[in-house]
Amino acid sequence: MIPQEMYDILRAEFDDAVLGAQLEGVLDPELTVSPERVQDVARFLRDEQNLQFDTLMCLTGMDYTGGRLGVVYHLASIKWGHKIVLKTELTAEQPHCRSVESVWKTANWHEREAFDMFGIIFDGHPDLRRILNPYDWEGYPLRKDYRVPEFYNGMRVPY
Amino acid sequence: MEHAATQMSGYVSRPATIPGLGRQLREHEMVISMGPQHPSTHGVLRLELVVDGEVVVDVIPHLGYLHRCFEKHCEHMSNYQQVIPYADRMDYVAAMSNEFGYAVACEKLFKIEVPERVEYIRVIMAEFSRIVSHLIAIGTYGMDIGAFTPFLYCMRDREHVLDIFEQTCGARLLYNYMWVGGLSHDVPPDFADKVKAFCKYFRPNIKELNDLLSHNKIFIDRTANVGVLPPEVAINYACSGPVLRGSGVKWDLRKNDPYSVYDRFDFEIPVGTGKVGTVGDCWDRYMVRVREMEQSVNIIEQAIDQLPSGDVRAAVPKRIRPERGEVYVRTETPKGELGYYIVSDGTPSPYRVKVKSPCFVNLSALPAMSRGAMIADIVAILGSIDIVLGEVDR
Repeated sequence: MIPQEMYDILRAEFDDAVLGAQLEGVLDPELTVSPERVQDVARFLRDEQNLQFDTLMCLTGMDYTGGRLGVVYHLASIKWGHKIVLKTELTAEQPHCRSVESVWKTANWHEREAFDMFGIIFDGHPDLRRILNPYDWEGYPLRKDYRVPEFYNGMRVPY
Repeated sequence: MEHAATQMSGYVSRPATIPGLGRQLREHEMVISMGPQHPSTHGVLRLELVVDGEVVVDVIPHLGYLHRCFEKHCEHMSNYQQVIPYADRMDYVAAMSNEFGYAVACEKLFKIEVPERVEYIRVIMAEFSRIVSHLIAIGTYGMDIGAFTPFLYCMRDREHVLDIFEQTCGARLLYNYMWVGGLSHDVPPDFADKVKAFCKYFRPNIKELNDLLSHNKIFIDRTANVGVLPPEVAINYACSGPVLRGSGVKWDLRKNDPYSVYDRFDFEIPVGTGKVGTVGDCWDRYMVRVREMEQSVNIIEQAIDQLPSGDVRAAVPKRIRPERGEVYVRTETPKGELGYYIVSDGTPSPYRVKVKSPCFVNLSALPAMSRGAMIADIVAILGSIDIVLGEVDR
């Protein structure tokens, strides 16, 4: 199925949740959805007969600077062989996004990583802890305005 | 860990809930820590096993001991080329495959066409690195189960491939060989002869390995019907590579979403069949690796016969300034589907590089595979996933 058709189906199903689309002139066609509805959209994309996005290839946290964060979902279908990119945009003051862990189990660790690195809070995630950094780490390292802390647990970091 | 200490101190102060488990321990349960310094965790991985007697109720993995801020480093490189030595160090037993994925992603983003000779050499190197990686996976897996001899046989064969790598680019493990838009060196003059000689030498050794390990009664008893991963669970966890194919799903990016010149070769995709147990058990995952090595030899032989002559570098400016844009490229590495999500903001250095590591994703399915197994089975299950912690933690 071509991305334009996917967009039309989604617009018909979730009028208010699909905020935009960029289908031409980019390497991977992308749809922007609202962070509160992303779980519903994801479930629909997985279960709809003609879409069947059964694989979440990748889930990425993003910092677009200026207090704008985002989550990028790369989806693929093993059955149909098509792909699509979902994007959500968040603010640094309200970094909340619905979790898609209940749709694709693989999102569990990816969302923990995005939380760990960007401080994005995934509502509905069963176990949102840091994953790569130590559990008592402070700050979100992949944010563009991150500064390396001078002290870690009272010890001076040597560089 | 804090709650383990409170557990030891008596029954008075049970911790509220165990992080990662989401509940209290029940009456007969206890927590055993496995790793981070445990020979069968293949690196610095720590598993908390919640056990009831000998039966594993749940597994809580703790990662990050080898976290090296790969993605943060990438954002501070002065150009895209400088990322490649870092990419080498992710899956350090199959570094060629990591470079391959990164180079393909960058070339797609920059819209660079590379010469055909480059593509063929890359395929040969990537398949060699698949053989090397699988030899290590198989050898160490045998050792985990208690068979020491196959490990030495595997290491012996691996040495021949590393010699070819060394003659080509001077390095045995971390190559910095595949550059954006080409290769660092052309192959040496006697490369084709060496490769053909290796293929001829290696093919009978796979049969030897099968006789020695794959069909060994003790090995089968330890791995068949253990750690069964049903196909729909594997897909939901986005497992890839031999872990997905071991569950019987015929999915290989080299065939299903071809990149480079993989569509020009004739090869098969081995899948798990449940020959000695259930589809998706540890033996199936192991056997997929063995049979993939045969297919890799097939690809290498075809590629070396078709190897065109020509240049090994495309005309790429030294300092590339790509347009704004982003790309997600996935390639089939020995461990599974390695994805690079690269975002460019129009400056010479990458704005964001995200790596979707196959080991990270496959490891996340470990608790699903392990529930109800014995403690000794955890060693067999973990070995059959074939993780490299350099790539899990990045």
